[in-house]
Amino acid sequence: MSNQEKEPMFSAKNLKLFTAPLGSDNPITVQVLGICSALAVTVKLKPAIVMALSVTIVVAVSNVVIAAMRKYIPDRIRIIVQLVVIATMVILVDQFLKAYAFDVSKQLSVFVGLIITNCIIMGRLEAFAMANKPWPSFIDGLGNGAGYGIILIIVAFFRELLGSGTIYGYPVIEKLGIYSTGYENNGMMILPPMALIALGIIIWVQRSRNKSLIEKK
Amino acid sequence: MEHLFNIFIKSIFIDNMIFAFFLGMCSYLAVSKTVKTSIGLGVAVVFVLLITTPVNFLVEHYVLKKGALAWLGGGFADVDLSFLTFMVFIAVIAAIVQLVEMIIEKFSPSLYNSLGIFLPLIAVNCAILGAALFMQEREYQTVAEATVFGVGSGIGWMLAIVSIAAIREKLRYSNVPDPLKGLGITFILTGLMAIAFMGFMGIKL
Repeated sequence: MSNQEKEPMFSAKNLKLFTAPLGSDNPITVQVLGICSALAVTVKLKPAIVMALSVTIVVAVSNVVIAAMRKYIPDRIRIIVQLVVIATMVILVDQFLKAYAFDVSKQLSVFVGLIITNCIIMGRLEAFAMANKPWPSFIDGLGNGAGYGIILIIVAFFRELLGSGTIYGYPVIEKLGIYSTGYENNGMMILPPMALIALGIIIWVQRSRNKSLIEKK
Repeated sequence: MEHLFNIFIKSIFIDNMIFAFFLGMCSYLAVSKTVKTSIGLGVAVVFVLLITTPVNFLVEHYVLKKGALAWLGGGFADVDLSFLTFMVFIAVIAAIVQLVEMIIEKFSPSLYNSLGIFLPLIAVNCAILGAALFMQEREYQTVAEATVFGVGSGIGWMLAIVSIAAIREKLRYSNVPDPLKGLGITFILTGLMAIAFMGFMGIKL
């Protein structure tokens, strides 16, 4: 490859790879990938942020690894190869969390392990990394991880604020003195069903703002 | 016996894979457009869980757990391979799914035709790995407990996907706001169903 053909590292095309998953091509609300873990870890902001970071790291690094190996992977066994790469990354993340953030690791319980079967990662490997060079794949991974993280953080923000009256563990509602007016925390927000409904509402808001995303029947 | 029955009921209704833990949501959303295909996928999930959960239980107890390798001799009594859990579980699941696919193809082509397309999907279904990890976390003691838990979770998952598919079939005749069509309304419906399922939480087993 000659130098003239090489595109700059932050070309418009590469930048788009990063920004598209944040909005119009969001992995959760548009591509419908990775819902499994998205909902269970959003009771509080802290586990949601840790989860978002872990997924971003796993998807970005495994995207790079698979993109670098893409020409040597036989087509028939590619799923197994992808699973091995992902599982290795997840084991690293899991051991790291256990060592440096044990309480969060306990809160996330099985959901760290479930990053392996998180459809975002398999989906991005299949759809992007198998057909692209490592650098764009890395950006694609970062973008999709960030898009996933944004939704997680929005859902967790509202569930924590309305359900426990705190933001990142800081008692906002109490400090503002809203309790004295008769306001009470909505215990429902902490329970699983509200995560689904909150996500439904996010999708509703996004699609009413961006009409091109509406599903045709 | 009663104890096993309790685990069974608990895993179907109270700790339902979809409504309490959101596992297997991806295929739940993608394949729930008609009742017929969702029954096919549901049966396949129950079947795979029936086989993988006990196998993973045995692997966990005789290979991975701290001191599990003691049967090889005294020198292995201290070996702790638990950091390999994810890798081994996913490998076991992928291998078994492949095996089941080949066996069904060989012995029952008609079943293969109805289930076949769903089987590869199942290897990466979070519900299967989730069941294996929950089985490990809740520390079930015997193979029977693990098997009952696996089948129960599978049936709970199937119950959820078949009922949402039935609702979505009816939904075609109703007037949903445009931006909510498809994905949005499915989430909200699942949320409402999950609230209904929370009624089972009061049951003490």
